[in-house]
Amino acid sequence: MKRFVYADNAATTQISDPVLGAMLPYLKEHYGNPSSIYSLGRDARRAIETARQKTAAALNASPAEIYFTGSGTEADNWALKSTLEVLLPKGKNHIITTNFEHHAILHTCKHLERQGCKVTYLPVNQEGYVTPEQVKAAITPETALVTIMYANNEIGTIQPIPEIGKVCREAGVLFHTDAVQAVGNVPIDVEAQCIDMLSLSGHKIHAPKGVGALYVRKGIRMVNLLDGGAQERNHRGGTENLTSLVGLGTAMENACAGIPERAARVARLRDRLIDGILSEIPCSRLNGGREQRLPGNVNISFEAVEGEALLLRLDMNGICGSSGSACTSGSLDPSHVLMAIGLPHEIAHGSLRLSLNEYNTDEDVDYILQTLPGVIQYLRAMSPLWKPREA
Amino acid sequence: MIYSEKVMDHFANPRNVGEIPDADGVGEVGNAKCGDIMKMFIKVKDGRIDDVKFKTFGCGAAIATSSIATEMIKGQSIEEALKLTNKAVVEALDGLPPAKLHCSVLAEEAIKSALSDYYTRKGIDPRPLVGEIGVDCDACGCDHSHG
Repeated sequence: MKRFVYADNAATTQISDPVLGAMLPYLKEHYGNPSSIYSLGRDARRAIETARQKTAAALNASPAEIYFTGSGTEADNWALKSTLEVLLPKGKNHIITTNFEHHAILHTCKHLERQGCKVTYLPVNQEGYVTPEQVKAAITPETALVTIMYANNEIGTIQPIPEIGKVCREAGVLFHTDAVQAVGNVPIDVEAQCIDMLSLSGHKIHAPKGVGALYVRKGIRMVNLLDGGAQERNHRGGTENLTSLVGLGTAMENACAGIPERAARVARLRDRLIDGILSEIPCSRLNGGREQRLPGNVNISFEAVEGEALLLRLDMNGICGSSGSACTSGSLDPSHVLMAIGLPHEIAHGSLRLSLNEYNTDEDVDYILQTLPGVIQYLRAMSPLWKPREA
Repeated sequence: MIYSEKVMDHFANPRNVGEIPDADGVGEVGNAKCGDIMKMFIKVKDGRIDDVKFKTFGCGAAIATSSIATEMIKGQSIEEALKLTNKAVVEALDGLPPAKLHCSVLAEEAIKSALSDYYTRKGIDPRPLVGEIGVDCDACGCDHSHG
């Protein structure tokens, strides 16, 4: 029987009931401007500062170190551009990152290169990991910032962030991490893990779209993102997105509580799905290492199948997933992440990412395992690249 | 990526999928690196396209353009089939997203490639009749090397 299975939680998530419940009063009754002096405004201010406390506590940061933003992308842009603007006059013009970051980082780095910065793009290995030793070897006296994602959005590989943080701390270099995919899946402690700056996004953890945050360690000078009012301690003018920030605070509190139990439950579903697909479907391969992998991430390539056609066929069967094929990336080359781990173009075009979370069930996994082999078989039957193999 | 209902219909229920073992002409265009390959098989009888089948590796638009192109030339004379343009394919599908227009070019080229093969098999130089066909995918525009 046809089901609806949402398996694209790395793209976005549904707003959870507790988050929605926390937000609703701020859509109607508590509509005050947080900058207003009367009680309606003060209530709104209090709600934002509570959200800031919850966000900070979830990362073991202090509230004064949290800046709210409109997205993870905005947080990434701000962290990089501000750091370089502050450090460039001091002769520090070098950034170290990896070749499989999110475009929010890569395209910002390209922008900074046009401004005269030098960027080292560390290659990840075939499993999708970078090492602290690579980072250490790349640091020069001119290095202003190291920015390395906590976990990759396509293949789910979790980077050795505490070890990289230690390397940066010892070298006296600022360390930023894009933790958009990691928050709620991996315990994050900015103190213990030597993280100086961290970007996160609300809608990946059951908060609404359009809110994110940047953690900035106390003492790091930030350039104003938006000149204007006194919001976000004068750094980001503009009336706050009150309702969504209340949602973000609740979402952060919930996402960062009970991670080990939730991750174990989701990882069990993930492993069932990976094992089931690899054993049921010939000529398929898992992309990204199996250890140190986000609990919900499944990324598999199928030979002789193109990703967009696969997604559309899965959608016809009620399954939502994503792909790194050129046709779904909006460009003509397949995903830079799959290229970075050394996949040939033709294999990268046939990739499928399914991302599970705590809302998924064993029945969802069963349904995908019942449906996917037939879809692959159908597409292979019409593919001129597919040569049926002897069993 | 928003597709028209016509595209989705041809993607969901593609017409003329398969191979013709004793085809009179076979053409293949595209490149696996770019993510789409179209292979067309034609059977010619009395100067008309008696049967046509396709196999495509590619996105929704690649499958839909292959499907409708085969439908458009089936039963047509060779001369008429040679006149099929990518623009006509796009119109028949009620439009394609700009990023997918190259799929319609591939469909046109796949047919021309099959007809070219048909002429070659008959010992006729196809170039004056069919014209030049992109060997790889001229419409691709990607920055990687083909080969």
